[in-house]
Amino acid sequence: MAKFKKKNKVKENIPTSALPDIIFMLLFFFMVTTVLREQTILVEQRIPQATQLQKLEKKSLISYLYIGRPKEPARYGTEPRIQANDVLIGTNDIILWVNQEKDKLSEAEREQITISLKADREVKMGPISDIQFELREVDARRVLYASVGRLED
Amino acid sequence: MARSKGRMAQEVNAGSMADIAFLLLIFFLVTTTIASDKGILNVLPPKQDPNQEQPEIKLNKRNIFNILVNANDQLLVEGEFRDNTVGLTEEIKTFLLNFGNPDEAGQALFNSLPASLRNRAERDPASSDHPAAGGAVISIKTNRGTSYERYLEVLDIAKRAYFEIYAERVGITAEQYRALSGRNASEKELQDRGKEGMPMAISIAEPDKIGGQ
Repeated sequence: MAKFKKKNKVKENIPTSALPDIIFMLLFFFMVTTVLREQTILVEQRIPQATQLQKLEKKSLISYLYIGRPKEPARYGTEPRIQANDVLIGTNDIILWVNQEKDKLSEAEREQITISLKADREVKMGPISDIQFELREVDARRVLYASVGRLED
Repeated sequence: MARSKGRMAQEVNAGSMADIAFLLLIFFLVTTTIASDKGILNVLPPKQDPNQEQPEIKLNKRNIFNILVNANDQLLVEGEFRDNTVGLTEEIKTFLLNFGNPDEAGQALFNSLPASLRNRAERDPASSDHPAAGGAVISIKTNRGTSYERYLEVLDIAKRAYFEIYAERVGITAEQYRALSGRNASEKELQDRGKEGMPMAISIAEPDKIGGQ
């Protein structure tokens, strides 16, 4: 019994003086990884699922196009629209937009520009193929169909 | 007077530091969206020159695996109607590994395959000749009314069939094969060995304009 009592005398409380440091470390991690949304998305985005996903190495080469029904049908109608940067554009404006995006890259990288199509799963193939036609015209032929992973059966 | 004031607060109270840090932490936790750039990569064909005639590529019908998707998301696979994609991956793999009538390059490819893949060769004369370049092609044709989700599902299945074959050739799982980045020499070598002599031949036709919206 006496032995047990001795053991009990050992400091009971956990030292918490390092707690702020740990929290700060977590804080810095999240501060570094956070990407604050620069743009508000004006179209519905329910990304389809797929299994054979590949990751792209260079993020600077990716430009995003969002396709889906507008979130505000009163202002933009109910037909699926294309969003580039902050505005809704028409199919004809894609060429101009791609050229602007290409200008942001260095000359050597221009050929490797990848367009990430973030399309809603409800969108039909018609608008998608129109976009792909324009992308072929402007020679931005690498397309990434953005999708989220699905557990394989 | 001044001295006594200085004595009152010589140390900043750091006890609430953790609380402040917690508050900030929670803010960043909530606002973080870990950007995911994952998806299915597709390289579009180069644009057509209107002055130049389209080169006609002759392919035997047996070398094309036809997948048609209509505006109601129903499928017509090799002339056979179905409304789901169950088992399509295996059918594509069987088609690709048929080796019905391999030429020299096809035979060399066949000999380089591991036994597990070689055993799948059915040598059906009515199916593909060989999966080397100019051999078997998977053709996907959609309608303008087909949903994007269905199109992606079919493309996903076709890619999966290829990745599974590639992975089996180098003896790793398909998931490991897809994760290869090609950044260092050994990964690049594995990647190249997987697809050597057997390029992905997935042809995506322009969608039909009939039917749908």
